[in-house]
Amino acid sequence: MTRARGVLLVRIAGLSAAVLLLELLCRTGVVNPMTILPPSDMLTAMLDLLSAGDLNDGMMQTFSTIAIAFVLAIALGTAAGAVIHRIPRLRAVLDPLLASYYSIPTFIFYPLLVALFALGKTPLVILGMMSATPAVIISTLAGLDSVPQVLLKLARAQRLGRLRTLGWIILPQCLPRLFSGFKLALSYALIGVIAGEFLLSGTGLGYAISFAYQSFDNRAMYGAMLFVLLAAITANGLLFVWEDRLARRRMKQ
Amino acid sequence: MSDIALPSAAARRPSASRTRLLDATILLLVLLALWQAIASWTHGIAVAAPVTSMLYLATLATQAGFWCHVEATMSAFLLAFLLSAIAGLLLGLALGLWRFAGDVWEPVLAGFYTIPKVTLYPVVLLIFGLSVSAKVAFGVMHGLVPVTLLTLSAIRNLSPTLLRTARVLRLPPSRTIAWILVPACLPDIIAGLRIGFSLSLLGVLIGEMFSSQRGLGFLLVSGMAQHNVPLSTAIVLLLVLIAIAGNTGMLHLGKRITHRSSR
Repeated sequence: MTRARGVLLVRIAGLSAAVLLLELLCRTGVVNPMTILPPSDMLTAMLDLLSAGDLNDGMMQTFSTIAIAFVLAIALGTAAGAVIHRIPRLRAVLDPLLASYYSIPTFIFYPLLVALFALGKTPLVILGMMSATPAVIISTLAGLDSVPQVLLKLARAQRLGRLRTLGWIILPQCLPRLFSGFKLALSYALIGVIAGEFLLSGTGLGYAISFAYQSFDNRAMYGAMLFVLLAAITANGLLFVWEDRLARRRMKQ
Repeated sequence: MSDIALPSAAARRPSASRTRLLDATILLLVLLALWQAIASWTHGIAVAAPVTSMLYLATLATQAGFWCHVEATMSAFLLAFLLSAIAGLLLGLALGLWRFAGDVWEPVLAGFYTIPKVTLYPVVLLIFGLSVSAKVAFGVMHGLVPVTLLTLSAIRNLSPTLLRTARVLRLPPSRTIAWILVPACLPDIIAGLRIGFSLSLLGVLIGEMFSSQRGLGFLLVSGMAQHNVPLSTAIVLLLVLIAIAGNTGMLHLGKRITHRSSR
């Protein structure tokens, strides 16, 4: 426990030292403040943007796109995973695709998606889904593989119906794997949507950053950037803490 | 017992590999059919048909200007991958051997891995300017972390017996690393390099797509801007092929090394 606290303390100290060093380097002019804003200015820039409401539209757009992509990826991914698990032949055919899918940079499809669906929410949602769905499929397969045959036999011996087998036996057993898949799906959907907005779009937080960059508005750029990074860290961190808590509860049982 | 098992295993192997070949062919045909379906359904306004794109790629290959773009992307990518591999291995080694530092920095690296790094590209551009080094630096930002994290976990999961043996034999640190650490961790390290390979390619391509005058990422975006559908589809095809070839090659390498070390 004390070691864990020491690790945490050193981590916080190290990160704050890095931020302070950057602040110092910018303030003394070693780093050109036109290139990198001092961290304190980044924070005030972000707060200014937030209080002026400049980011509100972008936030609405980006967060709703991410949410749609995430939910669709989870629904489609779990369903597809369950079907693929049922049919071993299908799984054998799809296996090389799933194994090498993440080596393909998904963003290169984005220009084609824009040409196909026109600029707007649809290509972004599809890009987010293309990044996130395979992770859910892979983790669903891993979760279903982890259900011991004995438990399925037990369910049959107890004559549990399909729904009860699913709810009482399969789901509790799959949950940890499923959850790590969902966690990956969120961060992939987030990266996909924001990258798409950044590369080519007319709305959203990613667009706000690239627009500010192209109009040489460093203050707005760093403010928006800090906000996006903090939002991403918070979202991923929340899921991480939740997963940790679930894992601990399982350990207790 | 083994007399009976051997011939049956030998008999099974060719048919198993034949099934796998059949499966791969089916997958390829299904993907091509899907591609063709999308192309005909949209009448080629967004995606060119498979045959058209392949022919376009073939004509591109005869033009010198195209190879200039290929060279720009590949040289930036190879440099980024090389730097990520070397720095990632050294960093992973240091963090893996020094347990406390590893505990402190591993979650920070994992957190950096999950944030949308695209948003940081303007900073990279402001620091490096519109140059090749910006692309390379962005590729390294993507590729460095997975190599580091997998090297770190490989060293952590090393059997303590191996390290104790090294101490008993009084091997100097350099030999402990070369004779024990590297061979034992190699499969995991290759897996890390494989992810680093794909992600540094991704970083370089994003850099080219956002702002660049050369490279395959630039060609892709300009193809779309000029409504040159066969060009952008052909570039996507080429990039997918490069990514899959690299990934498959490294998967095979990893499998061969795991086989050898488990023998």
